[in-house]
Amino acid sequence: MLFEQLSLQLHPGQLLQIKGKNGAGKSSLLRILAGLARADEGELYYQGQAIAQSRVDYATNLCFIGHQSGIHEQLTALENLRFWRAACDLTPADDLALLASLGLAGLEDIPCRMLSAGQQRRVSLARLWTTKAQIWILDEPFTALDQSAIATLQQHFVTHLEQGGAIILTTHQPLSLQYAQLFALEIHYRW
Amino acid sequence: MVSFVVFLQRELTLLARQKSDWLNPVLFFIIVLTLFPLGVGPEPNMLRIMAPGIVWIAALLSVLLAAERLFKDDYRNGVIEQLVASQQALMPFVLAKISGNWLSTGLPLVLLSPLVALLFNMESASLTAMALTLLLGTPVLSLLSVLGAAITVSADKGGILLALLILPLYIPLLIFASAAIEAASIGLGYQGQLAILLAIMLFALALVPMAVCSALKINVS
Repeated sequence: MLFEQLSLQLHPGQLLQIKGKNGAGKSSLLRILAGLARADEGELYYQGQAIAQSRVDYATNLCFIGHQSGIHEQLTALENLRFWRAACDLTPADDLALLASLGLAGLEDIPCRMLSAGQQRRVSLARLWTTKAQIWILDEPFTALDQSAIATLQQHFVTHLEQGGAIILTTHQPLSLQYAQLFALEIHYRW
Repeated sequence: MVSFVVFLQRELTLLARQKSDWLNPVLFFIIVLTLFPLGVGPEPNMLRIMAPGIVWIAALLSVLLAAERLFKDDYRNGVIEQLVASQQALMPFVLAKISGNWLSTGLPLVLLSPLVALLFNMESASLTAMALTLLLGTPVLSLLSVLGAAITVSADKGGILLALLILPLYIPLLIFASAAIEAASIGLGYQGQLAILLAIMLFALALVPMAVCSALKINVS
């Protein structure tokens, strides 16, 4: 068993950082919260309803970016973004400008396998600028990103929280910006 | 619906970039069919008798060959995991996979049937029957192989497991398809067999996509 007697609540505008050593169960907790895995015991509630009833509402209001990027290496940044836009039922918008603002100008049309790890992560995270979902669950979003990209991303987190969104993330990096409501949950390694 | 179109375009883009994914199974089909006349001897009558079975077995194996890698990339890079988390996009994704798989491996087999008829010295009645059975049967091959690929996606060496799981399910298809071609070759009607093939296809089309979605969900959780 990874963890027990765990209880947490997340309200709009709050950011929850899950901390813990490698192998403590951070990713497993995120996968349970995203509805991908089932906890042996315990319940997940969304807007006061058990997840079994509110599953579809919850899923449409959720943006989960896991440890793997969700980027197909053979497709270009634009094609990947277009795929996720369709998957999240979003209307087309100016993807080129978005990618340029994330420092990927000029790289839109080459297959993602030619990009560096950090650039691939930027393509993956570009989804956060297009999604309408209120709840973001992000597993190690800062991995492989450079300082300026981390700053841009954190700035975007602040905007999202101010607009009433909520974020759950795991990271080993200290969160540098001032968040109005930042909570931390530490899971202890048990083996 | 919008997402299905986008997903299908993505599948076709990927097929255009990774040509070996669909070209290899088609070449495999042709090579297996060329080997048979060399192996069993060029006796025209014998070839004509054996042709229905051989064509269909080669088709089964070549579709199976294409299926193994179908979900592998999207599983490894986390696309499937994130689609399962988002719920509503999973079904259009699965339907696009099935359509892409049929367009890239099933349809070429239908188009190749004149060449096959030439190799086995078939008459035009048998050729028509073969093309029709392939047209009705290859969607079933695609559906079932996509199901097998979804079940075995997280298995390391899923290839042989996939074959063992899926090949038995092809038996009804094999029986009725080769029976139809055989009936055509001796001048009998074969509408009955075609109707059964159509029924099998519609049945599979109704149920398999849901099974594929469930299999993917089980594999990521």
